[in-house]
Amino acid sequence: MAFDYDKWLRPGKLPHIWCPGCGHGIVMKGLIRAMDTLKLKKEETAIVSGIGCASRLPGYIDCCTLHTAHGRAAAFATGVKMAKPEMNVILVGGDGDGTAIGGNHFIHACRRNINMTYIIMNNYIYGMTGGQFSPCTPTGHKASTTPYGNPDPGFDIAKLAIGAGATFVARGTAFHANQIDKLIAEAIQHKGFSVVEILDDCPTTYGRRNKYKSVIEMMNRLKDVAVPVKAAEKMTAEQLQGKILTGVLYKEEKPEYIEEYAKVIERAKAAK
Amino acid sequence: MSKKVAFLQGNEAAAYGALYAGCDFFAGYPITPSTEVSEVLSAELPKTGGKFLQMEDEIAAMAAILGASLAGAKVLTSTSGPGLSLKQELIGYGCIAEIPCVVYNVMRGGPSTGMPTGPSQSDVMCAKWGTHGDHPAICLVPASVQETYEEVIRAFNLSEKYRTPVMVMPDEIVAHMRERIVFPEPGEVEVVPRKSPTVPPEQYKPYDTSFGDVPPLAAFGSGYKFHVTGLNKMQDGFPTTKAEIVQAEEERQVRKVDANIDDIVTFEEYLLDDADVVVVAYGSTSRSARYAVNVAREQGIKAGMFRIKTFWPFPDKQIKALAGKVKGIVIPEMNLGMCSLELERCAQGKVPVLGIFRVDGEPINPDQILAKIKEVK
Amino acid sequence: MSRYELRFSGAGGQGLITAGIIMAKAASIYEGKQAVQSQSYGPEARGGASKSEVIISDGPIDYPKATTVDALLAMTQEACDKYTHDLKDGGILLVDSDLVTKLPTGNYKIISFPIINTAKNEVGREIVANIVALGAMVALTGQVSRENAEKAVLSSVPEAFIELNRKAFSIGFEKALAASA
Repeated sequence: MAFDYDKWLRPGKLPHIWCPGCGHGIVMKGLIRAMDTLKLKKEETAIVSGIGCASRLPGYIDCCTLHTAHGRAAAFATGVKMAKPEMNVILVGGDGDGTAIGGNHFIHACRRNINMTYIIMNNYIYGMTGGQFSPCTPTGHKASTTPYGNPDPGFDIAKLAIGAGATFVARGTAFHANQIDKLIAEAIQHKGFSVVEILDDCPTTYGRRNKYKSVIEMMNRLKDVAVPVKAAEKMTAEQLQGKILTGVLYKEEKPEYIEEYAKVIERAKAAK
Repeated sequence: MSKKVAFLQGNEAAAYGALYAGCDFFAGYPITPSTEVSEVLSAELPKTGGKFLQMEDEIAAMAAILGASLAGAKVLTSTSGPGLSLKQELIGYGCIAEIPCVVYNVMRGGPSTGMPTGPSQSDVMCAKWGTHGDHPAICLVPASVQETYEEVIRAFNLSEKYRTPVMVMPDEIVAHMRERIVFPEPGEVEVVPRKSPTVPPEQYKPYDTSFGDVPPLAAFGSGYKFHVTGLNKMQDGFPTTKAEIVQAEEERQVRKVDANIDDIVTFEEYLLDDADVVVVAYGSTSRSARYAVNVAREQGIKAGMFRIKTFWPFPDKQIKALAGKVKGIVIPEMNLGMCSLELERCAQGKVPVLGIFRVDGEPINPDQILAKIKEVK
Repeated sequence: MSRYELRFSGAGGQGLITAGIIMAKAASIYEGKQAVQSQSYGPEARGGASKSEVIISDGPIDYPKATTVDALLAMTQEACDKYTHDLKDGGILLVDSDLVTKLPTGNYKIISFPIINTAKNEVGREIVANIVALGAMVALTGQVSRENAEKAVLSSVPEAFIELNRKAFSIGFEKALAASA
């Protein structure tokens, strides 16, 4: 039986703004299946985003949704979660929103290890503003503001998250649609700050500038570069050249912020 | 029973005022000269289960209080000049998304790092014009430690009543000086609760104007689910670019404050009945002004003072009336003429507006004001 | 209206802001007068010239800063040079005699004794030099009673240091009386 997405979508808010071939819709469906699997309550789930194409996602889902300012999703979400710890708080956004203008909030949310899940749709570009290069655009690639090729090295979002202290870090791709919901569900269940990077595609502003002839070609690239972490263990460095690891990349148990702050409250009450 | 008294700094009084008003969430970032607010609340808030967050930057602190407010908390952040500049985008977000919050900003020298430990009054225009776009502005300027306490409570009340960010802006002198404060008993000062929805969740719209210009605001996690955005929005909270809706919503947001000026604007009139010269002053400068007015009266000069307690909305009506009565207006302020522009606008050329402007980190002393009072012919 | 102005000056870290706060607290909380305390200091937490001003009055206090100072404490030469200019004719000037060797000319009632050394050698801890100085200022200015000032001192310090501060205050008070006799 086909999965019923409509029960999670807001009536009358579709069609979405995403271009044909964009992977954001695939990610949204993955998120919906994950929430459905976990039987999350809509009234007790907040979906928080910044600005950009990916950040429009909350508007379509029938939960408590907060479309904030550019880059600020993690900081708004921290306020929501601290004020209502019993809520499930899920952040969504793009690579520019999360790692450039929102980079500081991102690393500090990782550091605090506050129990929220951040889904970053990495399509290597600022799509909504017409295709300027982001901190994730590969070196040498073309964007509307790198007509001679991008001189900047890019971020590895997963490594950044691990380095900053996130305690669950996973990576999937828009091609591997059936894996997305599983990664997100595992991330939501993890106690602590979890990051799920989904490699995505932007045919409109990235693909056409970088010699991808079609969406299918972009999707095939995601299929080709992705190597599950388990499989990678058996591969040589040479074989892994140009590949990107997918699956759960990192997981550890560490004190979670809400619980640590509860101890602060206990100490303060005892000192009174 | 005698009331509890203490000898407190303005910033400390602000923190206790917030607690009286029911503040249960604070997020901030360290900055001179407002850090004492954070220090007091980091100790006091968790005692009653409240939350104190020191965020990674000024913007994050503003974002966190907006998020917490949407989740039902009564929220405060504190900052000073450079931090206020950084918070401005999200103050605008609070205005358009109509999220109650209080921003406590201690005015120090500027622009930029300026004089971090020196007083100024140069953020008053920033309180209204700092964030882009048309939006409502409420800004209170206390002049004593006791008043800082009381005005922080009033700021919470106004932010809840009008569902909009409210600023409290003491200058560094008021923020750092210490005076005796008498604490009100619980229940003695009114604390305004947030207007919550009366309709069931399925009928709820976060900007439903059938309830008036200030629609009820539900909290995330209270059984209501709704959408909040910084885009121009419709009554259901979802974005729109429909011209007539955008126009009507923008006008309503400004109107909810403008139509209630008499409820919001507060001021003090001192020896104005027969005054020939009026000193208009606010914050610590008003204390010098009162001193100077008293000396002028002893010398037979009919001077008086109009003390601005609510800077925004500006007391246009009162200043216009004064301009028709007196021979001159003296405005001492620790900036290069900001309030003075507003006074000139209200005076409409009927009387001269004589400014005393200091930005050297020194307070304006009563002698300077007295000398200017004597210039009015 | 009786307006009495005190200034506690010296280097940052000497505890002069605290001394000013306690003086003002003594006046406004315990003596039943009105008082305002304010301060100015540089960006550094230690060193640099620092001042703390206290206005005491029977009625409401408007201008919170000093106009003409009735009594000045200078704990360093720099502070003495910088902050004596608006000490009123006949005003009280208390200095640490070891650190302030160049005294201002002018009609002042100058009292000097080795404040820091008194704290170090007679009280036992240099850190309470500010309370020694406060005791002296209370004795010299007569704005608050000895009892009320002591109450303000003891309510402002941690419990473990109450005896130390009581002793510092008392020695400062007596030394000033002796020095001005």
